[in-house]
Amino acid sequence: MIAEIGHFALILALSLAICQGVLPLLGAHRNDQSLMAVARPAALGQFVFVIVAFACLSWSFLNSDFSVKYVADHSQLALPAIYKFSAVWGAHEGSLLLWIVILSAWTIAVSRYSQELPEAFGARVIGVLGLLSCGFLLFTLLTSNPFERLIPAPLDGADLNPLLQDPGLAIHPPILYIGYVGFSVAFAFAIAAMLSGHLDQAWARWTRPWTTWSWLFLTVGIALGSWWAYYELGWGGWWFWDPVENASFMPWLAGTALIHSLAVTEKRGLFKSWTLLLAITAFSLSLLGTFLVRSGILISVHAFATDPARGLFILTFLGIVIGGALALYAWRAPALDSAAGFRPLSRETFLLLNNVLLVIATTLVLAGTLAPLLIEVLDAGKISVGPPWFEVAFAIPMIPLLFLVGLGMHTAWRTQALQPLLRQLKVPAVIALLVGGLLPGLVYGRFGVLVTVGAIAAFWVMSVALIQPIRSLRRAKGTPGITRAAFGMSVAHFGVGLFTLGVTIVSAFTVEADLSLSPGQKVEVAGYEFELRSLKNLQGPNYQALEGEIDISKDGVFIGQLRPQKRTYLVQQSPMTEAGIMASWNRDLFVALGDPLGNDAWSVRLQYKPMIRLIWLGALVMALGGIIAASDRRYRVNATARQKAAVPSGEPA
Amino acid sequence: MLRYLAPIIVFAIMIPVFLIGLNRDPTELPSPYIGKTGPQFELPRLLDAQQTVGSADYAGNIALINVWATWCVGCRQEHGFLLKLAAKNDLSIYGINWRDRREDAVSWLDQLGNPYVASGFDADGRVGIDWGVYGAPETFLIDADGTVLYKHISPLNQAVWDEEFVPRIQAARGESR
Repeated sequence: MIAEIGHFALILALSLAICQGVLPLLGAHRNDQSLMAVARPAALGQFVFVIVAFACLSWSFLNSDFSVKYVADHSQLALPAIYKFSAVWGAHEGSLLLWIVILSAWTIAVSRYSQELPEAFGARVIGVLGLLSCGFLLFTLLTSNPFERLIPAPLDGADLNPLLQDPGLAIHPPILYIGYVGFSVAFAFAIAAMLSGHLDQAWARWTRPWTTWSWLFLTVGIALGSWWAYYELGWGGWWFWDPVENASFMPWLAGTALIHSLAVTEKRGLFKSWTLLLAITAFSLSLLGTFLVRSGILISVHAFATDPARGLFILTFLGIVIGGALALYAWRAPALDSAAGFRPLSRETFLLLNNVLLVIATTLVLAGTLAPLLIEVLDAGKISVGPPWFEVAFAIPMIPLLFLVGLGMHTAWRTQALQPLLRQLKVPAVIALLVGGLLPGLVYGRFGVLVTVGAIAAFWVMSVALIQPIRSLRRAKGTPGITRAAFGMSVAHFGVGLFTLGVTIVSAFTVEADLSLSPGQKVEVAGYEFELRSLKNLQGPNYQALEGEIDISKDGVFIGQLRPQKRTYLVQQSPMTEAGIMASWNRDLFVALGDPLGNDAWSVRLQYKPMIRLIWLGALVMALGGIIAASDRRYRVNATARQKAAVPSGEPA
Repeated sequence: MLRYLAPIIVFAIMIPVFLIGLNRDPTELPSPYIGKTGPQFELPRLLDAQQTVGSADYAGNIALINVWATWCVGCRQEHGFLLKLAAKNDLSIYGINWRDRREDAVSWLDQLGNPYVASGFDADGRVGIDWGVYGAPETFLIDADGTVLYKHISPLNQAVWDEEFVPRIQAARGESR
């Protein structure tokens, strides 16, 4: 019964989504108030029914209703309750439903916080979001219904993929999706602007906070995914350039470019058609990511739904959405562009370079991701493009970008005199050269070209990012301090520096050893002594495990014990490695159990990873910068004004 | 004008690539040995570690080499079909018990039945690497002269057998007559 209610709620949500997608757009076109007024109630109604559907599926999971096929396939009686809940989005059908919930939630947020938008414009934005929702609801109902029954019901389920039975992965997809789907708002703003034929600086000001919010969720989501891969996949890597990772990374790169290009459009009214194109691209890449992941078109360790019928549906949907948007772009964008000049040495130039380099990086990642597919389609065999290619290809645009960040941040709009700029940047440059050039070698005892370049770039970005906040702290009383937008930018760029430093140090100074250890045996890796004390069997709620006890000491002093596990999940009979990690701010010690080698000996992977925490810390600091910038006063002024207007004067609020 | 049209042109070119890619089977991974002689191997027998089984055993006959393990769900799925195939006595099936525990594998054969003439015990996956095994189950069809005729990834069933294996076996037998 509950499952049928859920199914029915999805059908009702689709009906409302059709109203929300068609009527307001028609109304905006004909300037018909009553049709435009459908937008907000329809969005709200759709949200309610989508939530009902989601609640029904969650209920089925928590009560282990194995007569629902999706539950039977992805849950099990002995599964801990938290994973029963996170199993809702543990596979294709449910994660699609999660996608719809989040899209609907973004729509509600837009309809709530953008009431100061011109009526026709707001109706168009909500209408476009409604059309997107139609596509995803149809996809769910036609090809991937999570409420399909399984009669007779099995006594127990097939269990959730053990890789996903982890707190990191329980929260990673929702956060990532909030970011992914959030770009649909920028997309809808772009389409609405092209439909109306108006794109002014106010448009950019409305679009900016939405873009920044989705970007920062995407940042956190990607960082969580990387952290999960690090401790759960058992190899100690933090980024694998896997197609599914790339699928989330490409919209991030395009979104980063969009944030910077929107700045130019808001402040100077330039780059208009370019900004529109980036808004379309960022969301298109999110959709493309979905397509790549769900169609089974590319092989990946992450791919979890491979079904050509679904692939064909997404491809058609993709063709309509992206093709339609780009056709509209070709038709309307030329009229929107305005020509205004700027000098070669100006902030506009640096932001243009930023965009060019980020787009190059996006294109290279896209090319590397699609190359295996292209080669196969051309019948030239199967190839796989590996991390070494991506690392080089990605570094080429990124290293210059890091150095340009520092220049761009302190260059004025329109035109900038060279001498004052150089004077400002003298101190950070000296800091970067001294600290970045010497510190890694002094600490880790080895110099290298890549380390030096990476560390100089990192300290350059960090020290440049501090200029404005420091100046604001030391300003004379009564003068205006740094704005939130500028402070957010400084913080985000400081995060980029931290991240760069982490990546540089980890890549250069990681020590790895794959060894055979028997109980009682000791080895030394990177100055730490690892002793395998014992191995014992354990029984978990839904798995059996072999646990090793490894004592770690440095210079003869015991510093801790790690207990890596090798688990076998009972239902799926799949082995899983639970690494033991001893974390501290300046290094991780990472121990993973491999396979038995006979005579009580086990293969063990030991790793010393200096500064790896900076990678995720850097990403979090970037996201924090995004929060600060998106809460800038000028995005809230209108909202406050609106609330005042809503309260008739003379009456108590 | 072209600069506004360029995005949609690029996108239009990508669509057919996806469309063709969609109709490809991503599990169809080529084996470098198709049409060539498979690698030589010799492994201790699963049921009798004193004896060995290897490429010498099947020389001169058309044979199947089935890579299996007790931890692999797909192997359990195809096991019934392998037993049926073995009962027909049409061609010999050799097993490579891959990255497994000996006692688990022995009790698996005890419980479910043994379709194999013999299984080699490849605990460390060394022979699997030589043969380019991606994951279990994988099945190789070997000609009388040791040539690899076909490789199938994922569980065997009647449909796959009739479509992919039978024609190749018939062709191979026709040639040798």
